[in-house]
Amino acid sequence: MKKLVMIGNGMAGVRTMEEILKVATEPFKMTIFGQEPYPNYNRIKLSNILQGDTNFEDIIINPLDWYKENNIQLFTGETIVNINVEEQRVVSNLGREVEYDELIIATGSKSFILPIAGADKIGVTGFRDINDCEMMIKSAQQYKKAVVIGGGLLGLEAARGLLNLGMKVDVVHLMPHLMERQLDPVASSLLKAELEAQGMNFLMEKETVEILGDERVTGLRFKDGSQVEADLVVMAIGIKSNVKVARNNGIYVNRGIVVNDFMETSVPHIYAVGECAEHREIVYGLVAPLYEQGKVLANRICGNLGEPYQGSVTGTQLKVAGVDLFSAGEIFEDGTTKSIMVYNEYDGVYKKILTRNNMIVGVVLYGDTKDSTKLFRMLTKKEDISGMTSISVLQSECSAEGSNDDVASMANDELVCGCNGVTKGAIVEAIKTQGLTTLDQVSHCTNAGRSCGRCKPMVSSILTHTLGDQFDEAAAQKTSLCGCTTLSRDEVVAEIKQKGLTSVKEVMNVLEWNNEEGCTKCRPAINYYLGMIHMDEYKDDRDSRLVNEKMHANIQKDGTYSVVPRMYGGVTTAADLKKIAEIAEKYEVPLVKLTGGQRIGLFGVKKEDLPAMWEELDMPSGYAYGKTLRTVKTCVGAQFCRYGTQDSMALGIELEKKFERLDTPHKVKMGVSACPRNCSEAGIKDIGFVGIDGGWEIYVAGNGGVDLRAGDLLCTVKTQAEVMEMTGAYLQYYRETANYLERTSKWVERVGLDHVREVLANEDTRKGLNERMDKTLKKYIEPWNEAIQSEEIQDKYYAKHTIKVGE
Amino acid sequence: MLQTLTRIPVANYSNIRVRSGYSLKIDDTEIALFKLTSGEVYAVENRSPHPKGGVLSEGLVSGEYVYCPLYDWKISLKDGKVQAPDEGQVRTFKVELEEDIVFIIR
Repeated sequence: MKKLVMIGNGMAGVRTMEEILKVATEPFKMTIFGQEPYPNYNRIKLSNILQGDTNFEDIIINPLDWYKENNIQLFTGETIVNINVEEQRVVSNLGREVEYDELIIATGSKSFILPIAGADKIGVTGFRDINDCEMMIKSAQQYKKAVVIGGGLLGLEAARGLLNLGMKVDVVHLMPHLMERQLDPVASSLLKAELEAQGMNFLMEKETVEILGDERVTGLRFKDGSQVEADLVVMAIGIKSNVKVARNNGIYVNRGIVVNDFMETSVPHIYAVGECAEHREIVYGLVAPLYEQGKVLANRICGNLGEPYQGSVTGTQLKVAGVDLFSAGEIFEDGTTKSIMVYNEYDGVYKKILTRNNMIVGVVLYGDTKDSTKLFRMLTKKEDISGMTSISVLQSECSAEGSNDDVASMANDELVCGCNGVTKGAIVEAIKTQGLTTLDQVSHCTNAGRSCGRCKPMVSSILTHTLGDQFDEAAAQKTSLCGCTTLSRDEVVAEIKQKGLTSVKEVMNVLEWNNEEGCTKCRPAINYYLGMIHMDEYKDDRDSRLVNEKMHANIQKDGTYSVVPRMYGGVTTAADLKKIAEIAEKYEVPLVKLTGGQRIGLFGVKKEDLPAMWEELDMPSGYAYGKTLRTVKTCVGAQFCRYGTQDSMALGIELEKKFERLDTPHKVKMGVSACPRNCSEAGIKDIGFVGIDGGWEIYVAGNGGVDLRAGDLLCTVKTQAEVMEMTGAYLQYYRETANYLERTSKWVERVGLDHVREVLANEDTRKGLNERMDKTLKKYIEPWNEAIQSEEIQDKYYAKHTIKVGE
Repeated sequence: MLQTLTRIPVANYSNIRVRSGYSLKIDDTEIALFKLTSGEVYAVENRSPHPKGGVLSEGLVSGEYVYCPLYDWKISLKDGKVQAPDEGQVRTFKVELEEDIVFIIR
């Protein structure tokens, strides 16, 4: 068996291995050395980790099992210090020697650290690997002020992440414009304005000359003599190829390890790929070109010389919330270019296409990037645009045929989804062999479009093209409930009503689900819709609920649960607190914590302890786990507070007692404040009530979570009875018209606040809504008490059976 | 090495309900037992192959599949294979039925 050794365990290298496994006709004995103590992970997603959108486990691309399954010997935490090119052997820092027939160097790169005084102080870091990321997250817990050096792609992503971590962030940039290599001055200034609005502070045209501080950094000094404070300095100026091991062993190195079009270095049987490699004087730092290199190298190593690598045109986009930005190719006009430009300052949209000889050579899009895939393709394929009007170049809604031709001419191995490395061929095959008909299904089966989503329009075109006449535009456009059906939410609800369907099973059966027993998306949704339509006549299908609602407790990552008893309006008593304390002690609850909703959570409870704890607590469930009313947060209000104009606690308690347990499309949170100082933060609740002199303001569609949104004033009413009536009608209208899992903020934005106001303005309509609400509320019984009473429920859901063998 | 198989009675078939998971512990191994709508009973290790782990017994059961309750992976109860686009495999145990008693072979 031929021996293949790879130095480096990163994205480009491991992708090359994957390609080799795919095309090799004879197996290799594969060995990989990785300096970091981890399997291959998605470095692109580090900024998502920093921004708090994901965690490390989720960005691992090849878990350790993958190496095992493919018989790849992996040595992590080990670096190669020497390559003996005569005897074809590598030596690691631990003295391990491994022979090779073919050797791949994929050592990647490191952050370029400015060679200035103080660069080695504690608190100065690059932004390159998970260690950097963890260091930054840790610093944010202790320190307040960060300075990012470098206003490029990476620097801005790092800065956004640090803002999310609660730090004050300055971005220092040497040039007059941000991302000057990807953006022209117009797009750059739009970007700067947006990021300033998000809270970043920019220090432009500043050259850092010294990092100040004793052991730890305390500030920066610039060339012009000015200084700025800093507890953390992130250098994101660029990357530097890791070439030491190559250079020390006589392999020709310039900025990177120099390779030819087949990724061969100057030494036979040694290849380089990825950010450590320099091809035609370019070192690439983006993933798509590296994957292209990997493919060429895999073919070379397996002995079938295919197409040579001829360099890549790269497209970039910034992964920062609130910023849509795409750039590719050239950005500046010269005498030979003609540009097509759209600048809508009002909407913050800017598009510039640079052309030369009737071909697109550069693209800059800001504010609206949905054409990026198409334009990038036209750029890379060097399409002749002389027959197109400037409008049609800039519009994505060009005729369906146009985009179909596009797709038809694509080669099967052309990459469609750069993030996940999905080719057109893979998508077409999945559509054909698995009978897929919607974009959702394609994404689910192939991963295409699941990361940044830029390729979704193209995946859609491929779907249209592949299905040909069978393609049902309406069906693909509309969002089906899930992959088990082509019916939309509205169609399912209409069918349930029209055909009088009464159980989840019946719905799936009669409406011809292609997956007989549904999935985790449709079953909870159908169960909700049935309960909404049939009100008190519907028997809830507990096994169609997901774990938290099924168990009436929140599952934690280690399989334990949390117990959060109801504490109406956040008001409790000394006696109840004592009881909670005693039970927490008795069951050795690892964590007792005040939740965000003004109550007490007991975390880390074993499943089999749940019923007994509930029984001893003798309190109703707080439904901290449900798509239902969570809590009503209140301020102290007129009973004690000198500013309170209304009795906020009393209203909060009345609301919580009335609407608790109600099934809603998604969770619903409320807040009641007794005056406009708004201590209960009612402005970011699904429904918020603010007491004013002589009445209440009702705010709706606020959200304090993922989509931070201030509530809109729905109306002002005079009495507590009116509050209850309006709230009942509003909630019921949300229940009847929202999609399952659609929060009120999204729902109001979809249907329109004016529309909701109009519906609720009609007294008869309100009356009808409230009647249906009251009828629905009748069916609920307290779930913890139900579990205590029923042996069947206890045995089915909460028992753990232990069996000892041999006794 | 000589492997011995043990046949362990774990439940009465008529007592377990369809489309729900039961967790049981045999010595140090936690096992999730499922009865499908078809009436077949399957046993797998009660641990999701997701890198972060988690239990399977509380997952939603659909046909021969269970969805991992923490990360929503779809896992076949017949062979333990994780369905695309995710990857992995959970350990399965052979189940035998005699009269009304469910045995796990281990």
